[in-house]
Amino acid sequence: MALLVVLVTSLLAAAVLAFVGDRKYAHEINIIGSGATFAASIFLAFEVYESGPMLAGGDFFFVDAFNVYLAVLTAFVSTTTAIFSRKYMKFERAHGRIGHKSMRFYHAMFQLFIFAMLLALLTNNVGVLWISMELATLSTVLLVSLYRTPAAIEAAWKYFILCGVGIALALFGTVLLYFAAEKVFGEGTQGLLWTNLSQASGQLEPTVLSLAFIFLMVGYGTKVGLVPLHNWLPDAHSEGPTPISAVLSGLLLNVALYALVRCKVIVDGATHSNKTGYIMMAFGLLSIIVASFSLLRQKDIKRMFAYSSIEHMGIATFAFGLGGPVATFGALLHMLVHSITKSAIFFTVGHASQMNSTQDMSSIRGLVKGNPLVGWGLMLGVVAIAGVPPFGVFTSEFLILTAAMKNAPYLAPIFLLGIAVAFAALFKRAMPMVFGDPGPSQRPLKASHFPVIVHLVLILVLGLYMPVFLNDWFHKAVELLK
Amino acid sequence: MSLSLAAQINSVLAALILLTSFALLVQRRVQGLLHIFAWQGLLLSISTAVVGYSAGLHHLYISALLTLTLKVFALPYILYVLIHKLKIHKEVEEVVNIPTTMIIGIALVIFSYDLTSPIRELSTLVTRSTLAVALSTVMLGLLMMITRKKALTQIVGFLSLENGLFFAATSATYGMPLVVELGVALDILIAAFIFGIFFFQIRTTFDSLDLKEMEKLKEDE
Repeated sequence: MALLVVLVTSLLAAAVLAFVGDRKYAHEINIIGSGATFAASIFLAFEVYESGPMLAGGDFFFVDAFNVYLAVLTAFVSTTTAIFSRKYMKFERAHGRIGHKSMRFYHAMFQLFIFAMLLALLTNNVGVLWISMELATLSTVLLVSLYRTPAAIEAAWKYFILCGVGIALALFGTVLLYFAAEKVFGEGTQGLLWTNLSQASGQLEPTVLSLAFIFLMVGYGTKVGLVPLHNWLPDAHSEGPTPISAVLSGLLLNVALYALVRCKVIVDGATHSNKTGYIMMAFGLLSIIVASFSLLRQKDIKRMFAYSSIEHMGIATFAFGLGGPVATFGALLHMLVHSITKSAIFFTVGHASQMNSTQDMSSIRGLVKGNPLVGWGLMLGVVAIAGVPPFGVFTSEFLILTAAMKNAPYLAPIFLLGIAVAFAALFKRAMPMVFGDPGPSQRPLKASHFPVIVHLVLILVLGLYMPVFLNDWFHKAVELLK
Repeated sequence: MSLSLAAQINSVLAALILLTSFALLVQRRVQGLLHIFAWQGLLLSISTAVVGYSAGLHHLYISALLTLTLKVFALPYILYVLIHKLKIHKEVEEVVNIPTTMIIGIALVIFSYDLTSPIRELSTLVTRSTLAVALSTVMLGLLMMITRKKALTQIVGFLSLENGLFFAATSATYGMPLVVELGVALDILIAAFIFGIFFFQIRTTFDSLDLKEMEKLKEDE
């Protein structure tokens, strides 16, 4: 029941907002829509926590420990982003960066995007998983080009084409998966249900599944933003409106990684080897290294944090590839903490660039003096994302590092090098922006502090104390992904 | 219709689909591209119907009908209207010259056959020999997207790639379940509208549909 509410609310909100358009209460309706989805997702989480994994809607939906926490996370971040977007988008509208029609479009597509991600998370059908991933891409393409500047349109075109091709290859992988499953389950939807596939994975043809995994890896890997398939990501994150950067970075990448991991479970069951793990480790490490060195030479603030997202998705991918209880636990936690921290950073970055009317880091100065909460928000966000204790990112990175030292000691130094370089690069850029004297062009701003504070408090709490239910979920998910 | 006859018809259709993929690579006129793309859609639709008939699967008729309306009429029509509104009549400009592209294309076809050979031996379907053709179509679509400069030709390449995927779904298996196929069709339709909007945005901002203009977003050295 709660499951249906979760999905219907966001779809309904999208429809309502398409009618409401640019009217006075559009922002509030957006917040209420996301908030209601969040409330329903908590109910869903309770149901799953009490009665374990559940199938619903004639096996069409499947909720277990692995996807329910991501669904709650998605609904939560979408709510705080909606709150942030209210003040942010009002400012953009007042300064003429977007018009009347774009505003209607923005709200409707925001909710549709959330719906697509939730459907991708909750469905049991790997075909529908693919469809909703594609829907998530399509609904955000025109949001990236919302400002209609040449750079924004170029970024959106790149995003559209690269992710379109990537996801098309993932469909080929899905077709191959079905091809193998058809021999076991026969014609029809049964052969695409994840629960069936993972149960009977031992009977599936290993050669077909290995080939399928290559396509799925390249396809969903493009959406995760793994190097060398990451080209679209920094552009799309830097040119779109900031609330969209926050949800792309915080949520979409997670959902794509989720899709990949679900497929990995099936393929591993068939091949009885850790081939997929090695592939994911290679992609992950390459992403960590390339992204952290790219961080060093960024000039645009949103671009820099986009590269930081590539780095962190690389860390999670590496950890999933590594396998084993500790690394998988670390990866699950890392997806959670990265998502919360990165969206908080994008909130403050959005305000910082509005205050200085630029995204160029050399022109953003003295945020603490201009608006202490924005300044400190950014500073603490950077501290958290760089992996400084006591924030949650430290915990997850530490877990992954421990597992790496134990199982793949020769890879651990590379992993550490990436984290160290990223740490240095982020601090080098963030210090002058936060401290120092503000430039003459800086203007005061009514910033929306609530989402940033909530996120930072959460990330601090997760670093100090792991709630019992979360611990239980992660352990169950680890069992599942073994 | 006996199974072997159906298999033979399908092999012919597969060969023709591969031929249209190569034709897309050599065609220089934009309108010509659209015609070939429509032909490819028609072949695909017939092939789906034949598989549906010989296997007695009625849901494949729906897929065939979907393909017919979407890929033979709707998408070429949308593109046709676009090129008239945007007045694109110029010849297709390529990054790599056409003979070289053809040779790369042939290499890709051989690669696809090699890649799918273990699967071909497993398959018991009447359509099994066509999986390699499907993968070739995907690869050739990808090649077309890489070697062309104009936004419109990239899109035609993308759609032809999508055709290859659809062909894979009907040739490797007897089509995906209907839920999935309807969803995929819907996604393609939405994508078509999006690139329509895109063309206008690109045109008004850059004053041309040439992707050479769109090379601002690079890493600073």
